[in-house]
Amino acid sequence: MKILVPVKRVPDPTQKAKIKDGHIDLTGASWIVNTFDEYAVETALRLSENGEAASRNAGSEIVVVSIGPDDAAKEIRTTLAMGADRAIHVVANDSEIDSLVVVKVLSAIIAAEKPDLVVMGKQAVDGDANQVGQMLAGKLGWPQATFAASIALSDKTLTVGREVDGGVEYKKVNLPAVVTVDLRIVSPKAVQNGVTPASFGYSGEGARLPSLKGIMAAKKKPLETKKLADYGAEPKPVIRETTVTLPPPRPPGQIVADIPTLVKKLAEEAKVL
Amino acid sequence: MGNVLAYCEFSGSTLRSSALSNIAFARASAQAHGGEVIAVLIGAGAAGAGANAAKYAPKVITVEDAKLEHYLAETYAPILARLAKDNNATVVSATATSAGKDVMPRVAALLDAGMASDISKSEGKDTFVRPILAGNAYSTVQITTPIICVTVRQSEFEAAGELGSAGSVTSAPAGEINALGASFDHIDAQKSDRPDLGDAKVVVSGGRGMKNGENFKVLEQLADLLGAAMGASRAATDAGMVPADWQVGQTGKIVAPNLYFAVAISGAIQHLAGMKGSKTIVAINKNKDEPIFQVADYGVVADWEKAVPELIAEIKKIKASR
Ligand SMILES: Cc1cc2nc3c(=O)[nH]c(=O)nc-3n(C[C@H](O)[C@H](O)[C@H](O)COP(=O)(O)OP(=O)(O)OC[C@H]3O[C@@H](n4cnc5c(N)ncnc54)[C@H](O)[C@@H]3O)c2cc1C
Ligand SMILES: Nc1ncnc2c1ncn2[C@@H]1O[C@H](COP(=O)(O)O)[C@@H](O)[C@H]1O
Repeated sequence: MKILVPVKRVPDPTQKAKIKDGHIDLTGASWIVNTFDEYAVETALRLSENGEAASRNAGSEIVVVSIGPDDAAKEIRTTLAMGADRAIHVVANDSEIDSLVVVKVLSAIIAAEKPDLVVMGKQAVDGDANQVGQMLAGKLGWPQATFAASIALSDKTLTVGREVDGGVEYKKVNLPAVVTVDLRIVSPKAVQNGVTPASFGYSGEGARLPSLKGIMAAKKKPLETKKLADYGAEPKPVIRETTVTLPPPRPPGQIVADIPTLVKKLAEEAKVL
Repeated sequence: MGNVLAYCEFSGSTLRSSALSNIAFARASAQAHGGEVIAVLIGAGAAGAGANAAKYAPKVITVEDAKLEHYLAETYAPILARLAKDNNATVVSATATSAGKDVMPRVAALLDAGMASDISKSEGKDTFVRPILAGNAYSTVQITTPIICVTVRQSEFEAAGELGSAGSVTSAPAGEINALGASFDHIDAQKSDRPDLGDAKVVVSGGRGMKNGENFKVLEQLADLLGAAMGASRAATDAGMVPADWQVGQTGKIVAPNLYFAVAISGAIQHLAGMKGSKTIVAINKNKDEPIFQVADYGVVADWEKAVPELIAEIKKIKASR
C-alpha cells in the first residue's frame, strides 16, 4: 500500500507567544513537526509494517509531503528518520499559502503519485484550523474519516473509530480515502493492518523517536524540492491574517487555606454556588 | 447582498442548543451582508424539527431521505453546497461540533470558499477573530472569496433567542446521494444524564492524579451535587480512566462554564486552551508549583482524596442552610 502523509512544521508550542508588528514573532523560534502529523507518520508506519518483526510489508511505501519554507527541510528529514521512504518539499513562505493553496498542491501531487491512502494530522497546532484534510477529501471526491482514534485495515476497506461528541463513531471507508488522526491513534493497539498480529501492542507514549540508524538512513533518502508553480498553484492566499493579539492575562487568583474557606468564597465572593 | 446558510443540528424535534450559537452568529452576519438567515436541517427527522427551527430563523429548509439517516460528510456536504448556491448564500456556517468541524471544510472545498474555523467573533462581512496556538493568541482573518465558510465556537456566541414571529419551513429534495464508498457502521455512545460539556454551567474535571477510573466516582458525586458535566485531561482519557469525549482542551471540548473545577490536573497549555474562558476556576492539586494555579481564581493545595470529600460535605452544608 502506498500512503501519502502531508506534514507541516510548526513553532514549538511550549514557547511563549510574542507579537511583533501585529503578527506572531517567530524570530529565533524552534520548530517541530506538527504533533498530529508525527502521529500520522507513526500511523502510516504501523499500517505498513509487521509490528512483531519491525519489518516493512511488501509493496508498502510512505511518501511525506510538506509545503513550507526552505528551512522546513530539517523537520521533513525527521519524518524520514522515523521511517518514511521519501519526501517532497514544496518551498513556499507561510505568507504565500493558506488551506486552499495547500489543498491545491496536495491534490496535484496526489494526482501524480496515486496513493491508496492519505493519512494526516487532524489539525496543525499553530493555526488550529482543522480543515485541510476535509477540504482535500472534498476536492478529490474521496471519502474522509476525520479524528481517527483507531484504524482497522482489511483488504481495500478501513474501519475507522472516530472521536465524536458523545462517543466513538465507527465509519467504513473504501480506499482511496483521506484519514485525519487524533491523539489516541498512537495507543498500543489502535492501528490494525491485518498483517501485524492482533495480539501485538506498541509500547511507549506517542510516536516513535528516530533511531540513530534511522537518522543516518534519512540522509540518503530522496527529498525532492519543488515550487508552488510546479503544481499550478499561485502564492495568492484568500485567507489573510490582518492582525494578531494576545488575550489579556487572567487576573491573579488566590490560594485559599482550606476547603471551608474555598466554599465560603465560592458562595459569597464569586457567587457561583 | 447575500444570505447566511446555517447548518443546524437537531435532536428529536428540537434544535440542539449548540445550533443556537450558530444562529446567533448567522443573524449578525446576515445583517452585515444585507440578507437573511436560512437554517438548514438534514437527516432523519429533519422535517419534524423544522417548526422548532422556525422559531429562530426566518427561513428553514429541511432535507430528508432514507439514505441520510446517519450523518456522513460525503452525503451532507454536497447538499449544503448546493443549497448555498441555490439560495444566494455568501456565508455558510455551522457550530464547531464534531459534525460541524467534519463537514464544513468539505463544503468549503466544493464551493471554492475560504474558511475560518472555530471563530470567537465576527467583524463585519468577511473578517473574523479566531483563537490560534491553543488559545494563546487571537488571529483576525479576512477572507476574500465570494462565499465564505465558518464554524463558530459555541462558548463564544450566546444562544439566539426566539424571533417575534415564526419563520417559514420548506423542504428541499436530497438530490442524488453518493456516499463515495463511505458508510456509518455504529457508534459507541456514552449515555449520561448529566448536561453536555458544551452547555454545562459547572464542569468538574479530573486529571492523571486521580490515578484510576474508580477514583473518578468521587468527582462524579461532586458533579451530581452541582448539576455539573464531567471533564478530564488528556492524560486521564488516554489512560482509559474515563471516556475520550470527556477530554477538555485544545483538541478536546472547549468549555466556558461559570464554574470549573480542575482536580489533579497540572495545567498544560493544551488543557488550559479548553477551559481558560471559564468564569471562575478552582484548582485542587497537591503540588503548589503547578501552572494550573496561575489561571485558577481559587487554588487549594491539597490531596484530592481528602479535599474532594470535604468539598462535597461543605457544599451540602451550605445547600442545607439555604
Ligand atoms: C498535540 C497535543 C494536544 C493535546 N491536547 C490536549 C487536550 O485537548 N487536553 C488536555 O488535557 N491535554 C492535552 N494534551 C496533553 C497535555 O500536554 C498534558 O500532557 C495533559 O493535559 C496532562 O494531563 P494531567 O494534567 O492530568 O497530567 P499531569 O500533567 O501528569 O498532572 C497530574 C497532576 O496531578 C497532581 N496530583 C497527583 N496526585 C494528586 C493527588 N493525590 N491530589 C492532588 N493532586 C494530585 C500532580 O501534582 C499533577 O499536577 C495535548 C498534548 C499534545 C501534544
Ligand atoms: N503547509 C502544509 N504542508 C503539508 N501539510 C499541511 C500543511 N498545512 C496543513 N497540512 C496538513 O493538514 C493537516 C491539518 O492542518 P490544518 O487544517 O491547517 O489544521 C495538518 O495536520 C497537515 O497534515
